[in-house]
Amino acid sequence: MLTLFALCLWVLVLLAAAAVPLGRHARAGLVVHAGCLIASVGFAVVALAVLLGGEPVESGPLPFGPPWAPAQIGLDGLSAWFLLLLGIAGSAASLFAMEGKAGGHPLPARALPPFPLFLAGMALTLAATDAFLLLLGFELMSFASWALVAAEHEKPENRAAARLYLVFAVLAGACLVPAFGLLAGQAGALDFAAMRDAPPEGWRAAAVLLLGLLGAGAKAGLVPLHAWLPLAHPAAPSHVSALMSGAMTKIALYVLARLLLDLCGPAQPSWWGVPLLVLGAASALFGALRANLEDDAKTLLACSTIENIGFITLGFGLALAFRGADLGPLAALAAGAALLHALNHGVFKTGLFLMAGAVLHGAGSRRLDRLGGLIHAMPVTALAALIGAAAAASLPPLSGFASEWLLLQALLAGWRVSDIGFQVLTAAAAAVAAMAAALAAAAMVRFFGLVFLGRPRSPRGAGAREAGRFERAAMLLPAGLTVLLGLFPGSVLGLAAPALQELVGPVMRVPARGASLAAGEGMTGYAPLVIALLLALALGVTWLLVRRRSPAATARGPVWNCGFIDPPPHLPFGDPLTQPGAAGIAQPLRRMLGETLLQARESVDMPAPGETRPGRHAVRFADPSGALLLGPAARLRDRIAGAAERMRHFTIRRCLSLSFATLVGMLALLAWLEAR
Amino acid sequence: MQVFGAILAQLLHLLFMLAAAPLVLGVTRWLKARLMGRRGASPLQPLRDLDKLLRKRPVLAENASVVSEAAPYVAFAACLLAIALVPSFARGMAFAPFADLILLAGLLALSRIALALAGMDVGTAFGGLGAAREMSFAAFAEPALLLCVLNFVILAGSTNLDLIAGTFRDGALGLRVSLGLAAVAMLAVAVAENARIPVDNPATHLELTMVHEAMLLESSGRHLALWEYGAALRLTLWLSLVAAIFVPFGTAPAGSGPLAWAVGLLAWLLKMGALCLALAWFESAIAKMRVFRVPEFLGAALLLALLGAALLFVSTGLA
Repeated sequence: MLTLFALCLWVLVLLAAAAVPLGRHARAGLVVHAGCLIASVGFAVVALAVLLGGEPVESGPLPFGPPWAPAQIGLDGLSAWFLLLLGIAGSAASLFAMEGKAGGHPLPARALPPFPLFLAGMALTLAATDAFLLLLGFELMSFASWALVAAEHEKPENRAAARLYLVFAVLAGACLVPAFGLLAGQAGALDFAAMRDAPPEGWRAAAVLLLGLLGAGAKAGLVPLHAWLPLAHPAAPSHVSALMSGAMTKIALYVLARLLLDLCGPAQPSWWGVPLLVLGAASALFGALRANLEDDAKTLLACSTIENIGFITLGFGLALAFRGADLGPLAALAAGAALLHALNHGVFKTGLFLMAGAVLHGAGSRRLDRLGGLIHAMPVTALAALIGAAAAASLPPLSGFASEWLLLQALLAGWRVSDIGFQVLTAAAAAVAAMAAALAAAAMVRFFGLVFLGRPRSPRGAGAREAGRFERAAMLLPAGLTVLLGLFPGSVLGLAAPALQELVGPVMRVPARGASLAAGEGMTGYAPLVIALLLALALGVTWLLVRRRSPAATARGPVWNCGFIDPPPHLPFGDPLTQPGAAGIAQPLRRMLGETLLQARESVDMPAPGETRPGRHAVRFADPSGALLLGPAARLRDRIAGAAERMRHFTIRRCLSLSFATLVGMLALLAWLEAR
Repeated sequence: MQVFGAILAQLLHLLFMLAAAPLVLGVTRWLKARLMGRRGASPLQPLRDLDKLLRKRPVLAENASVVSEAAPYVAFAACLLAIALVPSFARGMAFAPFADLILLAGLLALSRIALALAGMDVGTAFGGLGAAREMSFAAFAEPALLLCVLNFVILAGSTNLDLIAGTFRDGALGLRVSLGLAAVAMLAVAVAENARIPVDNPATHLELTMVHEAMLLESSGRHLALWEYGAALRLTLWLSLVAAIFVPFGTAPAGSGPLAWAVGLLAWLLKMGALCLALAWFESAIAKMRVFRVPEFLGAALLLALLGAALLFVSTGLA
């Protein structure tokens, strides 16, 4: 199995190398992305084989890595589960990219080499069984995706997004390296087996928790370290955004789960779950609310990713807390919810981002206010988007509902931990999660309604064309999988049994019964197959009975709307101002929640009587992380830079004494370390 | 035999519910009119309206897509399945193992989203406005509902509706303050979910104040009939849900015979009559509130349910 995996990895590296000289060739994109497609399918096959086999596979030591700890690759249940997700998302994204478009023009040649490297970096992170290789893969993933975010660097906003992205990637690396260093301990044992044998205690454990949360959280986009995500995901070409949102954020969560649930050992206390729970709930709420206010399709989807990352983190946090309180079955329930949601979200969000890319190529815009009525021009894209949006809105019987059902069951069982503070916290988290789910549904209705329903809002949008054949296939793949994952969540979760063992202990029962989900011992269960059949039956019977009673064919007439004036002659497709736009649909939630949580403000600029200029209504909101985190960080940077600038004006005497003092300090440190 | 009984009970339940839904709506309207000193239309009026609408030819807007045609059926089917899961006169019906409260919320969300998408399909001002408001209210109603469910889970140990109803009926729970708080919260959610006063006015013709009706402006004929019937089913569902959880007395236990069913049906009719009267009285007594006051109304419900759960945490901690 690992041979096939290593082969796929090599194929990706060779493709990246070959893409540099071949980049300008007309068919290069097709070849490179076809290679990526084959490698991604290979990853999915390897992952399925490992999950079905149930036994972890490991290679011998590789001729690679630091001299005292040779690198090793291997796949266990947890990494295979995420590798499956990577394989699916990578296949869909590569298939989509074979169409070879970005924005309104062909994909630039400089976007070719980093793409295989991005896939390879993610796969390497998953297959690493020692800290060195994991960090290497993680940084490769960060760097390659930065190059892809910066691929269309003609636009200044893309350059700014890439810079911010790089800052957060460096932060993630700077936190993860010491976290693994603390786990490795004095002996410097880098492989995971040795780390598991010596779990950290006391301040060291707390430091690993903090650094792990900062490092993996910055990469996953957890609140308050999410500022880069709504900027960077839209800046990249659509197939890359799909991979970043669908797979890369999950790889960061894999690192979080590996670090906190696996490597730190099963004996960590119950309160370890609390920071994850709080950050997860905050991410879910802020992400879902922002998704309701954004007016760019890809930014909206990126904010919805923050929300779902929050749900998954919530699940891991609950699993940590339940495990610490010796509630094994509940820990399995929570961890199962997190794993299932990671897979489900990875699949449907990949599809939604690809759909946003197809809309951008077909209708020429990502802005909700320039689209509309695309269901007539792009029916296949609309179908894929409807399935993805319904799953993101967690509607039964699709995949999003199945995993959120499990997560809510885990949250509703939080009162079994006999600590009243934690009980109240989980009750509040349950309310926040329910609100986030309802907000996500509102965001998806707004998204689908503005893009695909209604009338066109711009001439370019009115002349939209359906996506090409590769793009259609690439969108239908995740849409079909979303339906399948929704109908058979129990069987899918059965595959995750080895992963659950890694996370919560050896004797865990998977919270599933056959193809359906089950929570606890009683009759609490969710059987999506039965529900889907009953729903189809109800639909069929209703249709038959109603049509028998009322056989008349439908007639078509002009829009009623309590009276409608004809559009002005210069707007043949109708006046866009007569239908609600992005800001209008967002208005109720902006006033109800946005004013308090996101400092949303509306301003009306009304011309004086007699003036002929139009009145303007402007809406703006600010994410609190900007004012509370980025602003102070920028001021700190300026202060440090100012202090460093002053040093350049030192006299030669002060320069020399400074270097001498540094030297003496270093020697003193060395002497102290030697003496210990 | 047991299985046969369960299936028979399920079919009878579905037929009763389908027959009762327009009557519940009609009786509520009639009672409300009487309370306000009017004579009111006959309680059978919703049935006549449905019959009239089904005979008419539906007219769709020129740019209406397949969403406008499919959404009424999807929304109605989701409501139908949801109401099949809520016990009325007997427990232990054939679908009882699937009657999960979170699934119920999901099915209602499915019908709500179908309605919102149908409202946005033609691209008119009212449809979009109604859809935005409807989805925003849900963002406040769902957390309150989930916290009510949390109260039930702590007391009954499951989110299964049949199990909850059985525990509250047979178990020696006694009178619980938490259940009282949850009942108030649940009633507030029910009012919001059914677009009743004070959240929305079902009888309004003033476009700017309406939510639910704004999304139906473009539908006609059998589509409108399905929307109206679905709304009636949803009202019946919420009243039955409140009755099944908080007033579970008289309901026939699982595996009982026709005699117990008859008693259960009588009890259910009495409970529904009382709830209709309460709803009519409540609606006549207060005025519709501003749209942006609704979050406060539902936020109060959320806090009540949270308080109920916190009381349960304290009492289970002491026990």
